[in-house]
Amino acid sequence: MNKDEYKKLVTKHSPKEPRLKNILVAFFVGGTVGFIGEFLIFILQESFGMSVSLAGIWTCLIIIGASSLLTALGFFDNWVSKCKCGLIIPTTGFAHSVTSSALDYKKDGLITGLGSNFFKLAGSVILYGIISSFILVIVRVVIGG
Amino acid sequence: MASTKYKDVYLNDYFTLVGPLEKESHLKKYNMFMDDYYFGEKTFELAEIKMQKIVIDNLMQRNCLKNADVDLLVGGDLTNQIAITSYSAKNYNFPFLGLYSACATFVESLIVASNFIDSNNYKKIVSVTSSHNLTAEKQFRYPIEYGAPRPHTATFTTTGAVATFLSKKKGKIKIESSTIGTPVDMGISDANNLGAVMAPAAASTLMMHLQELKRDVDYYDLILTGDLGCVGGKILQEYAEKTYNIHLKKYLDAGCELFLNSQETYAGGSGPVCLPLVLFNKILNYKKYKKILIIATGALHSVTLVNQKQPIPAIAHALSLEVVE
Repeated sequence: MNKDEYKKLVTKHSPKEPRLKNILVAFFVGGTVGFIGEFLIFILQESFGMSVSLAGIWTCLIIIGASSLLTALGFFDNWVSKCKCGLIIPTTGFAHSVTSSALDYKKDGLITGLGSNFFKLAGSVILYGIISSFILVIVRVVIGG
Repeated sequence: MASTKYKDVYLNDYFTLVGPLEKESHLKKYNMFMDDYYFGEKTFELAEIKMQKIVIDNLMQRNCLKNADVDLLVGGDLTNQIAITSYSAKNYNFPFLGLYSACATFVESLIVASNFIDSNNYKKIVSVTSSHNLTAEKQFRYPIEYGAPRPHTATFTTTGAVATFLSKKKGKIKIESSTIGTPVDMGISDANNLGAVMAPAAASTLMMHLQELKRDVDYYDLILTGDLGCVGGKILQEYAEKTYNIHLKKYLDAGCELFLNSQETYAGGSGPVCLPLVLFNKILNYKKYKKILIIATGALHSVTLVNQKQPIPAIAHALSLEVVE
């Protein structure tokens, strides 16, 4: 049996991932996170008299804080593995990845452990986020003048 | 020739320690269990070192072995530079050989130990193997608290430790023969489907074992593979039939036999202790299998080389056991 035939055999026996179910779960969970965010913006505007942009920043901070706290309490990883992209794509996923790395390496020392592994998973998001926003700004300057 | 027959090599005793999830699984009559992954220590790595120490200490106590009695300690684990075994070995004044074949380390240790005993140079050898789900997660996958979605082909690293004692004194289990496998690479690089990576290695070692010892597959009451999982087990059955014309009827996979379906471990258990735990705490409890061929499979997987897009080589070692009345 050559390698290609073997790959076919492996595909035949590997269980298929329930894609439609995953997409629907991600859609509804992600939507709920968005809904909560919108609701928080509304509350902050109405009760604290904040502007839309300021309320948006506070909402972001609250969601990041909540998902980090839930990660530290040990619930969030189970939710993420069940809801998949519904919780990975929003800011919750970013906060979760940073907190989980911090928890993992805190015992290996503040510099050698926590410090150097803090952005182990989130580093790519930061790096490529900055690069792509830099490129987009150049595009905007060239087109928009 | 990679197969060796042994004259009088016996596995006299074993001591098993299982983790919190394994305690609730299909395993029965284990010697000890732990309620949480820290096991009273500060880190998971220190917990695994303590697990190994406890199984070695208890095994020595049960068999009235003093430090000076043990001629050799062999063993390994999954952490970088087999650090866990080295750190637990430093507690004893034994000559020590650290071994690594990923999840095939248990059988590799027994093969090394059996050869030394058969040579008459060494009389009493202790072998030790352990794995800890959370140290392995940290080593090979994501941070522990990170809830990375796992595909249904993924297996779950078993938590536990096993120590065995081998000598020429007649005992419960006779080690009859062994076959050292050759590394096999079938071009699979999916670290979430290690069953598919290892199945061809298991088939190749099985074929070599049967050919070299001139045996038919029906000679054995049971063929037990290490940790191919439920997916890898099915792949092995079809692959062995198509490639080597071996019809695996009396066959089980330890990874697939370990956890309950409700434990959501997807394709089953893995790790070097998966095979010994299922063998000692499940299969031998049935008392119906006399001649058992255990084939431990290991994915010789390096995170660095997988990131460099290299396929994962696999190895399998086989050991023929006879349960003595």
